[in-house]
Amino acid sequence: MEILDRISEMLQRGDTGKVSALVKESLTENIPAKQVLDGGLIRGMQVIGEQYRLHEIFLPDVLLAAKAMYAGMDILKPSFIKEGMPSLGKVVIGTVQGDLHDIGKNLVGIMLKGAGFEVIDLGNNVAPESFVETARKERASVIGMSALLTTTMPVMAQVVELLKAQRLVGTIKTIIGGAPVTKEYAQEIGADAYSFDSADAVETVKALVKPA
Amino acid sequence: MEKPFNKILQEKILVGDGAMGTMLIERGLEAGRPPESFNLEKAAVLEEIARQYLDAGSDIVQTNTFGASALNLAVYGLEERTIDINRAAVLAVRKAVGDHAYVSGSCGPSGRLLKPYGDVEPERMFASFKVQLQALIDAGVDVICVETMSDIQEAVLAVTAAKDIKASVPVMATMTFNPTPKGFYTVMGVNIPDAAAALETAGADIIGSNCGNGIENMILIAEGFKKCTKLPIIIQSNAGLPQKRGSDFIYPETPGFMAEKSREFVKLGVSIIGGCCGTTPAHIKALRSMVDSMQRPSTV
Repeated sequence: MEILDRISEMLQRGDTGKVSALVKESLTENIPAKQVLDGGLIRGMQVIGEQYRLHEIFLPDVLLAAKAMYAGMDILKPSFIKEGMPSLGKVVIGTVQGDLHDIGKNLVGIMLKGAGFEVIDLGNNVAPESFVETARKERASVIGMSALLTTTMPVMAQVVELLKAQRLVGTIKTIIGGAPVTKEYAQEIGADAYSFDSADAVETVKALVKPA
Repeated sequence: MEKPFNKILQEKILVGDGAMGTMLIERGLEAGRPPESFNLEKAAVLEEIARQYLDAGSDIVQTNTFGASALNLAVYGLEERTIDINRAAVLAVRKAVGDHAYVSGSCGPSGRLLKPYGDVEPERMFASFKVQLQALIDAGVDVICVETMSDIQEAVLAVTAAKDIKASVPVMATMTFNPTPKGFYTVMGVNIPDAAAALETAGADIIGSNCGNGIENMILIAEGFKKCTKLPIIIQSNAGLPQKRGSDFIYPETPGFMAEKSREFVKLGVSIIGGCCGTTPAHIKALRSMVDSMQRPSTV
């Protein structure tokens, strides 16, 4: 649909005003909100994620596109009042206890939201209990943890242990990332997945929440 | 210290200090608390860390104020304590180093994004830096170090704020670059020539880079700065990105490796060489020996 293409295009340019106007217009044309979300907003964000991954664009472009995306989603929200905003799932993210590096984690949050996930960001220096408690209370399906320091990586293992102790493994999946983190480490500590960058994290989380 | 900071730079290469965050975590920084909470509660720890770097041979020791701008501290409900937190950090380092090293007031990113990317007006960010920098300068730092910046507009606001408070205070300004297929860029998409030009125009006295992706990239970054500025250059590299060795994780760049590679900085004419994440007093000690062995004859 041409108007959805234009939404995607304007979102990629970070033009919040045009995206808002086009989303409103598509609703008055009776295009289903779900279609506007998937075919316009989320599709545009996918392109942005890919361009960022390839270093064709930098963070400012991603941030502007994300802003346009959120503006569009706000307009769509009332259309989903009955069934609730369609969400691919809830993800709790944070940089682990003892670690203050959060650029990578923030980016993963933006990309996940852009892909249609609900994201609860606990910030940095997050205690293992806090990850598990929040995920349990919010009924999140995934916990995403980031670390940039080798000394803080064991906190990721503690979160997995807590989930095991509370018999939440499988119900709440774990994904880890950050410069020193590897796929092997994820396997070693029993995390469900590892991701090397924000674009890849989205695909990996999607796979995690897919019903088996 | 023989001379004021800006004079000494013309005569010899200065050695900076190493990492702070990891030192604080080893000394009991709790989850959910900012590193700057030590400034009010455990100043003795800051003195001990400063003394370690002084003993290792640092000419410049930084304050534990990386995240002590008003905007940053507001996240922890500590905005009202901005002045106290910055002041306490300066006093701790000064107590430890006396006049045997220069005290550098660290000023990191605000943790917030400027409009249109985020929600902060430039005026608000400027005011936030100004409260912090005023406190650092009033408490008697020898130099200000605006560091780990990604957004050039934010870096310029901090440099301008420092110069606005006291034009004569020396200001170092460093940004963090990543290698991309198109060359070195910050995550906000700033390249070296643009960073150098903007920082120089804002009034920075010494410019360069910190943190990063290991010292070999830093050598290329230093070359990049050398090509586009006549200002003194500062490089404070991390010890590479952590790697897995057997069941252990280590920063791959040992003191010996970093010191050896840092010879390139001396050859390039870099004025200040120090460390960032993953560097320890041992790294600084090795760096000190290397610099001393290559230092051009001092006229002091």
